Amino acid sequence: MPDRLAPEASPETQPFWDGCAAGQLRLQRCSSCDAFYFPPRPFCPTCLSGEVVWETVSGRARLHTYLINHRAAPGFEAPYAIAVVQLEEGPRMMTNIVGIENTPENLVLDMALQVTFEPRGEMMLPVFEPAR
Amino acid sequence: MTVRHQVAIVGAAETTELGNIPGMSAIELHADAALNAITDCGIDPARIDGVACAGQSPVAVAQYLGITPRWLDGTSVGGCSFMLHVRHAAAALAADMCDTVLITHGESGRSRVGVGGFGGFGGATLQGQFEAPYGPTGPPTMFPMGVLRYMKDFGLTHEQLAMVAVVQREWAGRNPRSMMRDPIAVEDVLASRMIAYPMHLLECCLVTDGGGALILTRADRAGDFPTPPVYVLGTGESSETPMVSQMEDFTTSKAFRVSGAQAFSEAGISPSDVDHLMIYDAFAHLPIYGLEDLGFVGRGEAGAFIEEGNTRPGGRLPLNTNGGGLSYTHTGMYGMFALQEAVRQVRGTAPAQVPGVEISVAHGVGGMFAAAGTVILTNQPG
Repeated sequence: MPDRLAPEASPETQPFWDGCAAGQLRLQRCSSCDAFYFPPRPFCPTCLSGEVVWETVSGRARLHTYLINHRAAPGFEAPYAIAVVQLEEGPRMMTNIVGIENTPENLVLDMALQVTFEPRGEMMLPVFEPAR
Repeated sequence: MTVRHQVAIVGAAETTELGNIPGMSAIELHADAALNAITDCGIDPARIDGVACAGQSPVAVAQYLGITPRWLDGTSVGGCSFMLHVRHAAAALAADMCDTVLITHGESGRSRVGVGGFGGFGGATLQGQFEAPYGPTGPPTMFPMGVLRYMKDFGLTHEQLAMVAVVQREWAGRNPRSMMRDPIAVEDVLASRMIAYPMHLLECCLVTDGGGALILTRADRAGDFPTPPVYVLGTGESSETPMVSQMEDFTTSKAFRVSGAQAFSEAGISPSDVDHLMIYDAFAHLPIYGLEDLGFVGRGEAGAFIEEGNTRPGGRLPLNTNGGGLSYTHTGMYGMFALQEAVRQVRGTAPAQVPGVEISVAHGVGGMFAAAGTVILTNQPG
């Protein structure tokens, strides 16, 4: 089976992927307006302040929405869910749901999830599993 | 200043063939539609001095057709690009930057003749890092991302979603150029192959070859042409995000709301004044989002509105009367076909003509709720 697509860091996102390699989910937070945001960029998209810092976040999230792909991408076995989770700190991100069969019955919107990481090439990719 | 009533569409046509056209490359589809639009209004091609298109460069289309432009627009933001071209052309014509604008679309979506590959979704782009690794395989596995959220928040049922496809097939059955014309029922939609839960095959658009072209000039020159002028009454455009996962709210499109409100404001009308409506339907949930985001119904009401028959033949708000992307045709950037049907309905020449259309709205989406464009047309002079 071919490998799943691996992400490739850009200069602005490198700290995010460094966090994943260390088993931590890191987001940027604006020091001016206090908001977390995603995806990474060197300024706050709300107030455009460049005073932003990286913080390790809780990894807790809720299942915001998803669909179940029946046409597998390379390395995947259909059907599998492509999901968007709402992080406890506010931002949302696309992800996969692991540790549970991806069926409409199992995947209930707003269910509690927690981050975990799986290898992709030389990178670690954040995915989510049901909260223990 | 607005463009209200200052500009008219005087020429409009689609490619001679539609659906499966393995004998034409993408640029030839642009040209075939352009030549048909030129024939439609009998214009001297030498008079065309503005060119706009998406998919191909306007430089390539102008050179291919022997046009020396003094105005170009290569805005390419997906399937609604042509709504934006109409808007930009209207402003340029009103400012006398050129005399006549040709807008073209041609796409070998099915046969893939003379087309480049898809780009921008790999490597170190933000989509490549934060969406592609999770296994999407094209628009059907991305665009409907918000549907389950919408269902939970507003109680939309799978049957109501399926009704979108059923009603549009009713319209398609009245249109000889539609690719899919056989009647379908809700059960047929729900029994069709699952593509990306909750979307079944019949809730996803077709993949076809084809094109279309429009010719616009200033309203005070519209009398130079034999065709009934179709006046541009209002226009809007906006964008939200190239990443579907970063939509502000998965149950509504910000780009739809901004674009629609701008167009209605410029036109000086409200949704209740509209006789005919086109909403770009790449997937069955789009007319639902569009009806709400453009203000035709309240939030959460569109599923029931369609289920009750309001948008079907004989209903009070005829919607996607060519059969739409689900049943008529979908080359990839379908917005041109929504505009073509709006022009036909306003001219009174549509295969499934709605009686007495004076105002039509054509609303397009680009990407996956990434961008939007809205054009309001009328046959009534200002």
